[in-house]
Amino acid sequence: MIDATATTVFVALFAAVTVLGFYAARWRSGDLRILGEWGLGGRRFGTLVVWFLLGGDLYTAYTFIAVPGLMYGAGAIGFFAVPYTILIYPLAFIFMPKLWTMCRAAGHVTIADFVHDRYGSRALELATALTGLLATMPYIALQLVGIQVVIASLGIAGSGLLAHAPIVLAFVILAAYTYTSGLRAPAMIAFVKDGLIYLTVAVAVVVIPLKLGGFGHIFAAAQAVLAARPKPASIVIAPAAFSAYATLALGSALALFLYPHSVTGVLSARNADVIRRNAVYLPAYSLLLGAIALLGYMALAAGIATKNTSFAVPLLFKAMFPSWFVGVAFAAIAIGALVPAAIMSIAAANLITRNIYRRYLRPHPTDAEESTVAKLMSLLVKFGALAFALGDTQYAINLQLLGGVWVLQTFPAIVFGLYTQWFHPRALLAAWFVGMSAGTAMAVSQHFSPVFPLRVGSVTIAAYAGMYAFILNLAIAALLTLIFDATRVPRTATA
Amino acid sequence: MSRYLALSLPFIALLVPFYLRLEPSLYGIPFFYWYQFVWLALSAAITWFVYRATGASPR
Repeated sequence: MIDATATTVFVALFAAVTVLGFYAARWRSGDLRILGEWGLGGRRFGTLVVWFLLGGDLYTAYTFIAVPGLMYGAGAIGFFAVPYTILIYPLAFIFMPKLWTMCRAAGHVTIADFVHDRYGSRALELATALTGLLATMPYIALQLVGIQVVIASLGIAGSGLLAHAPIVLAFVILAAYTYTSGLRAPAMIAFVKDGLIYLTVAVAVVVIPLKLGGFGHIFAAAQAVLAARPKPASIVIAPAAFSAYATLALGSALALFLYPHSVTGVLSARNADVIRRNAVYLPAYSLLLGAIALLGYMALAAGIATKNTSFAVPLLFKAMFPSWFVGVAFAAIAIGALVPAAIMSIAAANLITRNIYRRYLRPHPTDAEESTVAKLMSLLVKFGALAFALGDTQYAINLQLLGGVWVLQTFPAIVFGLYTQWFHPRALLAAWFVGMSAGTAMAVSQHFSPVFPLRVGSVTIAAYAGMYAFILNLAIAALLTLIFDATRVPRTATA
Repeated sequence: MSRYLALSLPFIALLVPFYLRLEPSLYGIPFFYWYQFVWLALSAAITWFVYRATGASPR
């Protein structure tokens, strides 16, 4: 059953941002035949634009569906998203302005450009680029899953090939204006997206608790439902589970700004001070995320029953809001998916162009050639992600989870590289490989749960697999650097 | 440099299990939740303080 009012509002808002996406090409116009213009918005964005851009980029539609979904399904552990998104910013405040400054001075477009420059190692550059690509592809696919959830919740369901028509249409539109406008398109759309999300959440946290009899009742009801589950959960973390909660928060925070789409957002800034200020202002989005997380409990208290936890929030909105506002809220989520999907595909395209095409296929391309390749790659990446999303979405979910584990393994080369060249590039490469393998093995052994119970003697400590792999990675990088330098292994042989 | 040490406070506050309790609750919101919301604001305030104290230009 299609909700006509909600669908009309939804489609109207979606059409409006499409116009905006194409119009963006002319905004603070530059020569879009240059990669720095197309792929980094000309590196001219000020504090406000970067705030919207990074906010729209880091807090994705998938996050807005998955975090409350996890609270709905598993209780307090889902709230790790809040300490995670608090701890990002002190880290970003320290590291990212430095990265911006070094990349700007050398004209780097991607994080792998930076790694190549610092260590003179093509192998390490390729490892960094591939890690970013592997982590980004499923993440783009999950943005599509976010749109799919919303479209299905509107009651739109075709059969056969038609079933996928709305999502394919949305994606073709997205691909077209990303192609023509580059990073300017998501930057402009982010204003609308964030406006709608703030509005939706502000209304939700006032209206829904009023309808459900206040926060005290919501938490009590959520606790009752969670405790009665076949696998009982709770609204507070048990002491034994805190190691998992804390390492998930810390490991995710360490990894976030190393994702290609984060780096692209950072490098689009006009100067390093824009990044420092945003480390102060971006936590406003974390407040939003915290409020959204609690929607999972509100869904429990409202008696929403669904096997697929992704539908908890859309179903809650349908139960609580009038149709026209359901349209607004769903448009907020769907448009929210477009912004990160666009930025991620641009970031992935930049990586392929700079660190694979330019390095291995065609050294010294002209500016126009480079930007043309990047535009085509952004299409390729998106259709790859679309294929992912139309298949079994569980793959995308599992891979996105692994993506966080993987990206964290590029931390030593990147973040230590900001300050020192002490580490031996081959040691970093070997340590990266061990970290990737160990992290993947741990997550797979737990059937794609990110928490690994490590047994040391008679004690078992459950913690984020990415953190265990990261610690191993660091230890090996340091140890092998000492060994390689002692045995005079050349540092730049692979340059 | 020492001013940057202030940025470690949110890490201590959130990565040490000070807050695994339901009481005291605030407007019906358990301690576990409002404590983390408070640190969200405090962390931003601390970052702002460090920003102001270390000058607007990057190091």
